[in-house]
Amino acid sequence: MARTDVELMLDVKAGDDSSFDFLLQKYRSPLINFLHRMVRDTATAEDLAQEVFLRVYRARKQYTPSAKFTTWLFRIATNLALNSVRDNRYAKLAVPLDAPVDEDSAPMELPAPVMRIDEHMIERDRAEFIRRAIASLPEKQRAAVLLHKYEEMDYGEIAKILDCSESALKSLLFRAYESLRVQLAPLVTQPVEQRAGEGRPS
Amino acid sequence: MKCEDVSKDLIAYLDGQANSSDRRRIEEHLAGCPACRSRAEEMRKVSVLLGELPAIEPSFGFDARVRQRVAAEPQRSWFWRLVPPPRPAFAMALLVALTVLVAKLPTHKTPATTTTVASAQQQEEDFNAIKNLGVLENYDALTKFDQMTETAAATPSAQPDGKAQQSDESND
Repeated sequence: MARTDVELMLDVKAGDDSSFDFLLQKYRSPLINFLHRMVRDTATAEDLAQEVFLRVYRARKQYTPSAKFTTWLFRIATNLALNSVRDNRYAKLAVPLDAPVDEDSAPMELPAPVMRIDEHMIERDRAEFIRRAIASLPEKQRAAVLLHKYEEMDYGEIAKILDCSESALKSLLFRAYESLRVQLAPLVTQPVEQRAGEGRPS
Repeated sequence: MKCEDVSKDLIAYLDGQANSSDRRRIEEHLAGCPACRSRAEEMRKVSVLLGELPAIEPSFGFDARVRQRVAAEPQRSWFWRLVPPPRPAFAMALLVALTVLVAKLPTHKTPATTTTVASAQQQEEDFNAIKNLGVLENYDALTKFDQMTETAAATPSAQPDGKAQQSDESND
């Protein structure tokens, strides 16, 4: 039977480093993706993710299972990401939506084998457009959307991570999605059926 | 129900996380409000669009770098491993126990204390002796002490005469 995250962390606390390795394998991708969407820089996201795991390891002896492990983990990650963004160390976050696309800033994404190169470029531009829309949100709204949409956390957990009430979180999310609706209007108003079928080989 | 009242719970409604009463309330409003209905539909599309973002994979050496940093963490000494957590509380309890222990130790007169008392007594005796010296009451002797000393040094041969004269005067 698979051990829960809390059980794994208690094992780490007892000195079992293999359990820490298990948690590392399980959460490295979600953490790196979350941090990448927060800071929009792959190297920085990996540095911050390393720091998150290091802090978890350092705090192992004081760990008490008072909350879900993911709440604790993403709270550390969110705080680190917010500090990084607020420190203005990642000035590229302030790039306006109409700025030219920086080819180097996008992470490497290989095209699907069935996709032609022009289709890949369209998909890549779309992805970049969406990334920029997310990046244009105020950082707390951005964190709320990322935890809500990509980590699929419930409102209670996100509220704990962001240190706010559930009611405040709902307002935060509404404002964030409202901004995204405006930012992504060119894509939103495009019929989904048209996008799904456009340019694809039959 | 006003449009503003819908907004707060609209995301939870679109997620399917709104409770039954909120869901009914919102559906009733959306049925009668084309603007909110359109907004809700566009927000649903935004959510679909966000799902299109591809995920990135950790770089090749990520795990190794984390393990390296973890391995480089300083290990606590054997003493700290024996100290039970929470350590600040333990340290405070230890400090209180030591303070109580020291306070309860029997008090002895140490040699240093005896010496100090003896020294104080000696100083008091010296002071009394000096206080009773007649010369200290003689203002002239004090103020002219230097002159008298110089005179005495300059005329050493006159001393016997002076003594005789003094003796004569005293006899008178």
